[in-house]
Parts: sequence; structure tokens; C-alpha cells
Amino acid sequence: MSSVAVPPTGILARVSGLRIRVRPGTAACAAIVAVIAVAAIAPQVLTHRGPNAIDLGHTLLAPSLSHPFGTDDAGRDLYTRVIYGARESLGIGLGATGLAMSIAILLGFLAGLAGGLADVVITRILEVAFAFPVLLLALLLIAIRGPSVTTEIVAVGIGSAPGYARLVRGQVMHVRQAAYIEAAAALGHRRLTVIRRHLFPNAMRPLVAVITLGIGQSIVWASGLAFLGLGVAPPSPEWGALLDSGRLYITTSWWLEIMPGLVIVLVALSVTSLGRTLQHRLEGAAR
Amino acid sequence: MTAAAATEQTEIDAAAGTPLLTVENLRVSFGNAEVVKGISFTARPGRCLAIVGESGSGKSVTARTLVGLTGLNSAVQADRIDLAGLDLTRQSQRSWRAIRGRQIGFILQDALVSLDQLRRAGDEVAEPLAVHRWGTRASRRRKAVELLDSVGVPEPEVRARQRPYELSGGLRQRVLIASAIALDPKLIVADEPTTALDVTLQAQVLDLLAESKARGTSIILISHDLSVVARLADEVAVMRAGEVVEYGPAHRVLHLPRHEYTQALLDAIPSEHTRGIRLVRRAGESVPERVRKPIDRDRPLLQARHISKVFRGPDKVDRTVVDDVSFELFAGDTLGIVGESGSGKTTSARIALSLLAPTAGEVLLDGQPWSRLTPSQRRPLRGQIGVIYQDPLSSFDPRWPVGRILFDALSTGGRPPSSSAAARARAIRLLEQVGLGEEHLAAAPLRLSGGQRQRVSIARALAPEPSVIVCDEPVSALDVSIQAQVLDLLTDLQDELGVSYLFISHDLGVIHHMSDRILVMKDGRVVESGAADEVFERPRDPYTRRLLNALPRLAQA
Amino acid sequence: MSTARRILVKVVTAILVLVAAASVTFFAQLLVPGDRATAILNQQTGRAQLWTPAQLAPVNHEFGFDKPLIVQYLGYVGGLFRGDLGTSYTQYKPVTQVIDAQLMPSLVLTVGALVAAWVLALAVILATVRRGRFVTGLGSTWEALTASLPTYWVGVVLLVVFAVEFRIFPVIGGTSAWGTVLPVLTLAIPLAGFLGQITRDEFEKVLDQPFITARTRGMSDAGVRLKHALRHSVLPAITLSGWALGALVSGAVIAENLFGRPGIGQVLVTAVNTRDVPTVSGIVLVVAAVYVVANLLVDLAYGLIDPRLRAS
Repeated sequence: MSSVAVPPTGILARVSGLRIRVRPGTAACAAIVAVIAVAAIAPQVLTHRGPNAIDLGHTLLAPSLSHPFGTDDAGRDLYTRVIYGARESLGIGLGATGLAMSIAILLGFLAGLAGGLADVVITRILEVAFAFPVLLLALLLIAIRGPSVTTEIVAVGIGSAPGYARLVRGQVMHVRQAAYIEAAAALGHRRLTVIRRHLFPNAMRPLVAVITLGIGQSIVWASGLAFLGLGVAPPSPEWGALLDSGRLYITTSWWLEIMPGLVIVLVALSVTSLGRTLQHRLEGAAR
Repeated sequence: MTAAAATEQTEIDAAAGTPLLTVENLRVSFGNAEVVKGISFTARPGRCLAIVGESGSGKSVTARTLVGLTGLNSAVQADRIDLAGLDLTRQSQRSWRAIRGRQIGFILQDALVSLDQLRRAGDEVAEPLAVHRWGTRASRRRKAVELLDSVGVPEPEVRARQRPYELSGGLRQRVLIASAIALDPKLIVADEPTTALDVTLQAQVLDLLAESKARGTSIILISHDLSVVARLADEVAVMRAGEVVEYGPAHRVLHLPRHEYTQALLDAIPSEHTRGIRLVRRAGESVPERVRKPIDRDRPLLQARHISKVFRGPDKVDRTVVDDVSFELFAGDTLGIVGESGSGKTTSARIALSLLAPTAGEVLLDGQPWSRLTPSQRRPLRGQIGVIYQDPLSSFDPRWPVGRILFDALSTGGRPPSSSAAARARAIRLLEQVGLGEEHLAAAPLRLSGGQRQRVSIARALAPEPSVIVCDEPVSALDVSIQAQVLDLLTDLQDELGVSYLFISHDLGVIHHMSDRILVMKDGRVVESGAADEVFERPRDPYTRRLLNALPRLAQA
Repeated sequence: MSTARRILVKVVTAILVLVAAASVTFFAQLLVPGDRATAILNQQTGRAQLWTPAQLAPVNHEFGFDKPLIVQYLGYVGGLFRGDLGTSYTQYKPVTQVIDAQLMPSLVLTVGALVAAWVLALAVILATVRRGRFVTGLGSTWEALTASLPTYWVGVVLLVVFAVEFRIFPVIGGTSAWGTVLPVLTLAIPLAGFLGQITRDEFEKVLDQPFITARTRGMSDAGVRLKHALRHSVLPAITLSGWALGALVSGAVIAENLFGRPGIGQVLVTAVNTRDVPTVSGIVLVVAAVYVVANLLVDLAYGLIDPRLRAS
């Protein structure tokens, strides 16, 4: 979205003393992410109704001014439920990505730095791990342990870790050969110092976009699981759960399925796009 | 044009035949920036026009404009660009395609990047034939082999079926040339065709172009290297910042230049004539000589004793990259190691730095064991020996500004600064020593020019106050005038601080200028060693003689 | 290394990977909380209670839980080579039987989606690469958008728009050709976006210096794009196609669920709901096998296109 075909007349915005040039597309993404963050932290700011306010007199209403997303079969305002669901959905996304990145950094650095046997073993493990698509692995875990938020987070985390691990490993091996690593050693720095000061920051830097992509993806996968009825259970306003309960009404009250889906898509896209912009910015500065 | 220049032009006109290509008042701009500011020149059949300049002079842009490939967002204007009656200012994309390859051949730089790695060499050579619908598939294939043969590729049928990455650098460049001359164009534009090639290969490529010239082709040769140009050029145009500052017959421009820039370029070329002299003349100074510190030959600072290095390749074949190399470096001395690519000189340097362990032999630092130490024993001693790389930018952490780079280097020396104020003062002193200033402390290396980066690199090397600095091709990537400044800086520092240099380069002129003693390496072995003048004037080894013969000299013009 | 030897090594590696995958699923089954026989009986009777050893014994015997672990493991892995994926906990049938009938429609869906995705991606790229800022921007925005869309959302939108509103396609298509169009599109569109992004990035990188050489010889712009650039830039996307096949299966599960299409998606969801671990494991293994084989083929094909890799 940041590379949208809009002529690059930026908006010069002063943010706490820094001058940042912002393209309209990027500004839109940032706005969306900001709104969701607010929804997660303080939902009351964005809506005055409660997520479980049942109103049997106004069930299954199409979107209107007073109910921007319509109402569900119990008359609850869908918009409010989406706002309140932000916390749990974001939490799952962040939790799963956090777990995935921790595993990935551990394996990636081990393989990239130690080389030799460790590298061979870890690469083989990753190869096997890749044979399992994330969703299927998640389903396996759910079949074993039963559906719950924790299982969801662990499943998506472990499932997406191999992809990141491979990237981290690639980065580590690439940076390892850089001349500045050797130059640091030539100056007389200890190995650990070189890793801490040069290798780690420079290896992780290009992965910023990947992490944000991961957050978006985790939210999507978690909601996919819920869509299949295997995620968080209703009446939680978690977005995936909303998708699950909305399925019955696809043909009649389309907004119950499309609106939560739309929100998920917008959030995932915005987070990913911001990540890409950040990435280009960082890379551009380093060019 | 001045009167003298005008007379010269008529001289040229009289001497040669009618011009093949006439360019008058060519202007090229990218956006708001004018890169070529109204230049004029002519190219004649059977003669070579050399366009010489440093980076930013506009010479490459000019070359590309001649084939209509100036690039995006460019605006090209000229009073006249005439190729034997064809008006090149009025060509459409389609009509250009008929001209490129057939009327004008273009030889690019760096065949590794310019050739399609996935296609066979024969196909690459035959491509212009195919594009211009010459012959049949079978006849094109045969013609491609013929062309490869004519440019001196051994076993052309075999090579035609190979892909670029399987060929050596010299062969790749020949493939590029073969594809450019495939349709026997009347004009060949060669953009830096010999950069990144070894001296001997460079000579061969120039010979090939000379053959083309003898057949009546007109050649426009773009280069930054005046000595390369001397070999081939009949006329020389010197460009600076988009303008032609000097234009005339080659022998005149190169020996009796009229413009001060040309003179400065010629002065800046390091060679045997410039030993002991500073390359850059300060205003009003006569020939400036160096004042050297005495070299203490009783105290070798760095000794390599019979070092060898064997690498095991992925195909399990052992390659001896360094074979029984020994040398000594004294305080205040400069030892030059010269060789072509693959000679083992860089590996030897890394062994000297103990960044690589030798398979056999040992290195002593100041009389004490150096390569035999464990890494943790070596670490505190590393401050005594520093290094300057060919590409300074990649040797800096991309996130660090200059100040941080210097503070980091200072902290590793024998006398680390006691406070951040002291560190800052010392960093500023270092910057001043290398010709930069306090304002550069906060600069990001990316934003600095090539010459400035190399100065920062030198400052970093000096920070721990070493007695030896290993210079690994420190000026190979720099323009001639910047190269001269950096070499002068290095010699000034040696005269001031008494530091010793282990100087690695493939450039014989630079080596001769910088070194007191020289080592010539080939295929991992030292084939010749001795005092600089000895090696260059009375070479004993046939390889050294070949190298020296291949060296392009200004005198050839 | 000769070509034959190289292929052999890759095949053996592939088999080892499969065995490893099977080991993972085997040990996954051991992770079921509590005792497996208890879990099965609980599931069957719908009651959660403690059972006496006498009640558990026949179940243990039936599923072989009373044998030592090593024997169970070897039996499991060995069974794979015979095509035996174990027995369903809930249906008391061999898993292979459970999956069998449903495999074909899913395969049709997945392969169809992969082909459709490639066609879409290439079309968008060839039309929009390096044709001026606006068009290029349009192309890459489209790709970025579609690549991030979750399968279910694309499916729901397509369903609502084309099936419910415009009634072009049936809501529940079964396995009819017409009814397959929407599910295939649902899977193909996001994948096309993804493949397109990768190829486009590569195309732009590759459409630089070396291909100026071709233009100096007089080749036209389109000629350069097709002959030189495309060949290089499809390489990463081809590698990813192997992975894509696996990812498509995930999408297929959702698409089948949404469009009420028969296939292993249905089987899978039911199995997960009833905690029928062997069936889930079996399906996961089959998918893993497909992935490994697909990657093997891609790997070998890659060697043909980029001979630089043949040397490694």
C-alpha cells in the first residue's frame, strides 16, 4: 500500500520534533493500526455500547448509521463486538508471532553461527517441519489437546517458526561474511562482542517487515481456525469467533461474516504494509 | 574553441579522412541536472577517439547516448549527431533497434554482469545476428564460432557451448567483444572495456580493438585510465563535469597538455617516475619531494617464514593458494606485493594479519610468535597491526556513523582513551590527520564520497597506533585524482609517524610508486623479490618481464 | 557428481524426510492428555470418566497400545510403506479407507488452483511491469492486496457476490465443473498475488544491466522481457510452487468447508472435532508426502532451468 500509484507529494508531519515524510497510503495504514491499538487497550473510547448487550428487538439488522456493521441474531451491535474482540485477536497474533520469532532466532542463530553439525541437523529439522503446513499442524495439535486459546497460540507459533528460522539463518550466514565482521575481529574484539554488537543487529534489521507480516498472518491463521469452529468459542467477540458464528447467516445476513472478515483483512494488510514501508525506509537509509 | 584548438582541429581533419560520426553541442540532462553540457567531437573510420574522464564527468552517459540508451528521465539535445548521413537525433525506439548492433556495436564493462548467465556463450554472440535476421540458425551458430575464433578464444566450438560463469574473466570479455563486432559495425563504442581486468588481459583486449581499428572500424573508447588510452587512441577528449576541457591528437594531449586538469590527471598517475614525489601538486609548489624517516633494517617488524595455505574445495580437491612465501617488513618500510588475481597476494596478507591460519610456516610480529598464538593471546596484540580494505564501505557497520567507528577503534588500542571527552578529542585529531574534520564525526559513511570513506578507513586503522598497516588494494576502486590524494596521504603519514606498510595491489604503477621493496607473486609463489627499482628495471623472472611489457604506458601514444 | 547419483541422493533424502515426518506424527499421538484408551472410550461414549483396566484392555489390544513403544513405532512407520496409516479412533476403520474417497476432489481443487494462480500471476506481471509508474504501481498494489487476503474471506466475498447476489455460480457446488470455479478462484487469487509479488521483485531486479546488453544488440523491449528476464525471474516462484502446494491444502480445507464441497477438508474437520488423532495424522502425512514429492520434482526441474545449480 505504500507503493500505491499516488504521486509522491508527501505530507510533512512533525511528530515529537522529528520530521517524517508520510505518503497518503502509509498514513492510512498507520491510522488503521492506531485505531485497533486503541480498541485493544481502551475499547470504551471507540464505542459506548457493551459487547454483550442483547437487544432482541433489533436482531439481524443490516448496516446503518446507528449500527455501522449491523446487528447479529441476538441484536448485539456488531461494530461494538468487533472493537471488543480486538484485544483477544491481537493478543493471539502477537503471542503466536512472539513464540515463532523466539524459536526462529534460537534455531537460526545456532545454525548460522555454529555451522557444521549443528547447522546440518537444524536444517534437516527445518526441512521436515516445512512439510507440515501451518494450518494442518495447528489442526493436529488441536485434535490432540482440544481447542483453546493457548493451543491456538502454540500451534500457530510452532507452525510459522520454521519459515522465520530459515530466514534468520540465511541472514546470519550472509552477515557473517561481511567485511565489517572481519574488520571488527581484526581490531581485536572478542567473538561474543562482535556477535552482540554487529552480527545480531545487522542480521535482524531486514526482518522487521517479516515480523509485521507474521503478526498479520498469525491473526489470519487464528481466525481461520475459528472459522472452522476450532478456535475460541462464542460468545467471545474475538474476531475468529465472530466469523464462526456468522457462517450460518452468509446467505441471508451477509454483514455478519463479511464485516469481521473485512476488519481482519484491513488490520493484517495495514500491519504488513507498515512493516514493508519501515523495511524500505531502513534499507533506503542504509543504501 | 580557441585559435590553437581550431588549428589543431584542421590538422586532425587533414590527417584523417571524412568523419564517420559527428557530434555537435550534445546536451544531456536527467531531471533538473545537466550531466553533459554541450560537447562536440568526431570519430573517423580506422581511428580511435578516446573520451577520458573521472566519475561524474559524463563520459558514460555520452557513450550510451550514442546508442540511444541514455536511460529513464533523460533529455537529449544536440545540434547534430550524424552517423554517415544517418541523423541519430531523430530516431524512434524501433529505428534504433535496427541501428544498434548493426551500425554501432557497444562493448560494455564487466562481462560477468553484462552477459546472461543462463545462456550459452555462443547464443550470446549470435544474438545480434538473430535480432537483425542474419542467416539461418545453423549459419548463425557457425558464424558465432568463427567470431569467437577471431577474438582469440581457444577451442571456440567448445567454448561456444559453455556458459559465462564457466569462462574466465578474459574469455568473458572476449565473448562480449565478439558479440559487439558480430555484424561488423562501422562504429564501436567501448565503455571501460578493460576495467577489472588484469594487466595481461587488458593488453590482449586492447590488441583486439587495435585489430578492429586496422580493419577500418571507428572506435570510441571510454576510459578513466590515461595509460590504457595511450595505447589505442589517435585522438583524446578529456571530460570534466560534463564538458570537454581538452581535445586533440593523442600524442599532444598526453605529452603537452594545455589544460591544467589534464596536467593534473597526468601528474596523478603513479609510476616509476613518481617515486619519492607527492602526486598532488599544491598550488605554486614545484616538484615536491618526500622527506622520509630512516628505515631500520636490523629490526624486522613483520616476518613471514615459509608460509603456505592449502584450501580444500567443495569438490574435495586441494588447492595451494599460497606456496612457501617468505618476506620481511622493517620499521618505516613499505613492502609491495604485486600479482594478478589468483596470485595469492590477498591470502598472504590475511595470513600476515592472522585472520587466516597458515597450513605451514609461521608469522612473527616484532620478533615474537604471532601466527602460533591462540586467538585470545593474539587479541591484546592486535593493536600493533592494522588493515585498510579495498572497499571501505563494506568494512564499516552500516548503522554506525564515523564517530562511533573511530571510538570503537580507539578503545581497542594500547592506550584507550580515559573518558568520552578524551575519546572525542582523539577522534577529531585522527580525522584531521587524514584530511577530514570535526564535522565528519556525525556523518554516515554512506553519505561520504569514495575518497572520504577511504580516509575514514585510514583513520580507523591509525587509531590503535599500530606499527604496521596492511593495505589491501586500498586505491583500486578510486578515481585517478582521488587515488593520488589517498596515496599522498599514506606517504605523508609514513613520513610523519614512521608506520610500515604491507601494500597489496595488482596495479604495477601504484606499487612502483609506493614501495621500497617488491614481491611479485604468481600462482601462490614469489617469483621475484627485491628493491623496487631493481625489480622494475632489471626483472629476472620471465613472468615479471611479461607483466612489465603488458603495462600500458603513456609513452606509447 | 553424475546426474543419476544426484537424483538418487535427493530421492533418498526425500524418503528420510517422510520417515521423520511420520515419526513426528507418531509421537504427536502420544501427546494426547491422559491415557489414550481412556480418551477413546470417553469420546465414544460421550462420557468423561475413569475406566477400569478390564474395560480398557480390549481397547488397548485393539489399537496395539499394550505393545512396547518401539514395536508400536516401527509398526507405524513400517505400515506407512504398505499404505497403512493406522486405524481411526472413532470409525474403527483403517484411516486410508476414511481418506480414500475424498482425496480426488481435493487434489483436483488444489492442482487446479495452482495452475490458475500461475496463469493469473504471469498475466498481471507481463502486463504491468516497467510500464510507467502508474501501471506498475497498480500491478504491485493488486498483488500486495490479494496476497494478504485470507482464504475464507476471498471465498465468502466470492460466494456472496457471485453465488448469492448474481447467482452465476451455485452456492453448494459439489464436484461439478461449474461448482468448482469459485473454490478454485478462492484459492488461486491469494496465491497469484503471492507468486506475483515474488516474481515481480525478481523481475525488477533482473531487468537491469545484463539486459541492456541485449538492447545494445537491437533487441526490442518486449523481446528482452520475454527472452532474458522472464526466464530468470520465475525461478524463485517455481521453488515456491512446491511449498505452495502444501499451503493450498490448508486453503482447500477452508474452501471445501465454505462451499460444502466433498474432500479431505470435511474429513479433517470432523476428525479434529472428534479428537480422532490417527485420521488427522494420516491426512497430515499424506499432505506432507505430497509436499515432499512436489519439492523433489521442483528441485530436479530447477536444475534444468538454472544449470549453475547442477554443479552443487
